[in-house]
Amino acid sequence: MTGLRAFTGALTFAVLAAATFPALAEGDPAQGETLFRPCRACHMIGDGAVHRVGPHLNGIVDRAIGASPGYQFSDALANAGAEGRVWTEGSLDRYMAGPSDYFPGTRMVFRGVRSEQDRQHLIAYMLAAGGRSEAGAELAEVAVAPEIAAILEISGDVPYGEYLSSECTACHRDSGGSDIPSIRGLAPSVFIAGMVAYRDGSREHQVMNTVARRLGDEELAALAAYFAVAH
Amino acid sequence: MTINRRAFLGTSVALTASLAAPMIARAQATPRVVVVGGGSGGATAARYIARDSAGAVDVTLIEPQRTYHTCYFGNLYLGGFFNYDDLGHGYGGLASNYGINVVHDWAVGVDRDAKTVALATGASVPYDKLVLSPGIDFVEGSVAGWSVSAQSRMPHAYKGGTQVELLRAQIAAMPQGGTFAMVAPPNPYRCPPGPYERISMVAHYLRENNPTAKILLVDPKETFSKQGLFEDGWNRHYAGMITRIGPDMGSAVVEVDPAAMTVTIDGVVEKVDVCNVIPGQRAGQIAFAAGITDGNWAPVSAYDMSSKVDPDITVLGDAAAQGAMPKSGFSANSQAKVAANAIVSALTGSRAFPARYSNTCWSLLDTDDGIKVGATYEASAEGIVAIDNFVSQIGEAADLRAATYRESLDWYAAITTDMFV
Ligand SMILES: Cc1cc2nc3c(=O)[nH]c(=O)nc-3n(C[C@H](O)[C@H](O)[C@H](O)COP(=O)(O)OP(=O)(O)OC[C@H]3O[C@@H](n4cnc5c(N)ncnc54)[C@H](O)[C@@H]3O)c2cc1C
Ligand code: HEC
Ligand code: HEC
Repeated sequence: MTGLRAFTGALTFAVLAAATFPALAEGDPAQGETLFRPCRACHMIGDGAVHRVGPHLNGIVDRAIGASPGYQFSDALANAGAEGRVWTEGSLDRYMAGPSDYFPGTRMVFRGVRSEQDRQHLIAYMLAAGGRSEAGAELAEVAVAPEIAAILEISGDVPYGEYLSSECTACHRDSGGSDIPSIRGLAPSVFIAGMVAYRDGSREHQVMNTVARRLGDEELAALAAYFAVAH
Repeated sequence: MTINRRAFLGTSVALTASLAAPMIARAQATPRVVVVGGGSGGATAARYIARDSAGAVDVTLIEPQRTYHTCYFGNLYLGGFFNYDDLGHGYGGLASNYGINVVHDWAVGVDRDAKTVALATGASVPYDKLVLSPGIDFVEGSVAGWSVSAQSRMPHAYKGGTQVELLRAQIAAMPQGGTFAMVAPPNPYRCPPGPYERISMVAHYLRENNPTAKILLVDPKETFSKQGLFEDGWNRHYAGMITRIGPDMGSAVVEVDPAAMTVTIDGVVEKVDVCNVIPGQRAGQIAFAAGITDGNWAPVSAYDMSSKVDPDITVLGDAAAQGAMPKSGFSANSQAKVAANAIVSALTGSRAFPARYSNTCWSLLDTDDGIKVGATYEASAEGIVAIDNFVSQIGEAADLRAATYRESLDWYAAITTDMFV
């Protein structure tokens, strides 16, 4: 279980909660192409792709993180690559779910792709359009920060989580807004990483920092468990 | 006699007949909650009690208006940032999605021994637990020369709905270079930044439509909520337009004359074109009728919002004296969820969780220039107390201010969903 969880929190959760979630389908590159449209504001992929605001994404799958030559990466990505970490399908999935939750300090300013299915489509498209990197054949596993792993170990009290969530619904609608996103259905690993970042201040937002500061680990586990299963 | 839910659905004709009965018998085992007032506190409480008890509690909501017009964002409507129709919310969702009996009537009395609520049409509705969230009424004689009967000449526009429309029409009809006056309320009152956000929005409207007009703010208070942030915004956006008269300049001795359209400050008579009088406030009348007030407000326990006079009555929102929370829609909504958990637990034995409250109030200074203030709270024997807080800073980057404004739009959509959908 630990290996799976480390591989991708989102996937792990889908396995754990198989009873409540439909099984993942393989990504569809055609749908991924459409979903990739907002990424094109910053990234090129395919023949003749060069760096723009973001690095080109040819051969991204299996390439070392933050290592594409000629592009000035943030320390967050560059250090990860220097440690030998690689873009696996799992780590790409988590990065797209919440770039700065997964890599606090990344310069990719993008809220994230909420739907797991959409992320699978995107990965399929990047693989089809940009190919796989020959360099990094080995799939390095990405470790979850110990603080987050510890909260993931707590089995969340769903009724308590539901009660606590009533504070959140004053601002977070299921359908999401332009600046207050929906948080329903977030994978616990992504949810907890986000809340821990607000709680310790590494992600700054006056409202969310204040909300998170009074939530202990039990509360975060309860909320994560509730939001993951809430419809 | 059993109650037919449909008969209670406000819209049906059968309603009048069933309510005209002198007394609806309490002949059922399902515990009953009656909620008076379908605003921020009451609509939220009714929705959460019905939802969380999943049919195990019978919920009746008594509210005279068929459409609730929020006070919040009424100022944005005055400034031209929000449509009037978007301020209105109906009760259909509460009836159809949660089976709440919505009765469009006034509650006029509470018999605490018999545990019944008397309605204006003569019916009497029994309860096991009663929730009162009637908002505010005005303190008589709070502003010399003004009474509710003068509200069409000098609107308060401090309860939602037609008063706000009237104020907007009066502002639009001001002569070029005319004067808009506001008499601000003394503490405590609903929405501490509300009058000052209104000044900002009126200034915005006038700058665009009547740039030589003047704004006169007569304020009985020494200081007010987010004062530094508001004054900074007024200097940046509306330089020279707004004059604030505080107690040091005689605002304590103010008198208005609705017939002559004058405001007299410490003996000096000012002729004005629009006069928005926001009087001193107290709990809605039904809290007095229920005999649960102390002074102007109804004291409650911070642990579950139950009345300190009668534990079977819960008071939410503006009407409650609870401690440190400002009287806001956000606060009322937050309190309602704590109360709903306590009430459902008391009636059905479901789990009760510790009280926890929060509040955030956004204000708009000008286009894309939003500010906010907020806090988290917990219960104590002395009342609700703040544990942590934040407030916008002077000199923040323009994109942060714009994001703050957009967040407020998201909040509005979320809280009204949380109340009505
Ligand atoms: C201009 C302005 C701006 C504001 N801006 C904000 C803001 O940005 N954010 C924020 O959080 N808050 C804001 N507020 C404050 C907010 O509107 C109130 O604090 C909030 O509505 C209080 O909720 P409540 O349930 O106590 O009362 P209300 O929401 O006023 O609801 C009371 C309801 O009870 C009904 N009622 C009254 N008496 C009876 C009776 N006897 N029988 C049956 N029904 C009855 C009324 O018809 C009404 O619908 C603002 C207020 C104003 C005036
Ligand atoms: C607003 C611009 C922007 C958008 C939109 C954007 N990105 Fe990025 N992206 C960046 C930047 C900048 C970086 C480099 C981040 C760093 O150095 O921390 C990056 C990095 C990446 C990387 C890592 C590249 C590497 O070689 O390590 C991937 C993968 C990626 N983006 C995928 C996407 C996908 C998929 C989308 C759309 C769903 C997207 N990005 C949308 C700006 C953007
Ligand atoms: C007063 C309004 C408000 C309340 C209450 C609130 N939030 Fe938020 N939340 C926001 C805003 C605004 C953002 C966007 C912040 C940012 O840009 O980093 C946000 C962002 C988030 C995010 C990041 C989502 C993403 O995709 O990046 C999570 C997770 C979150 N909130 C969880 C919660 C939880 C859990 C609660 C209740 C315990 C809660 N929020 C209560 C306003 C609120």
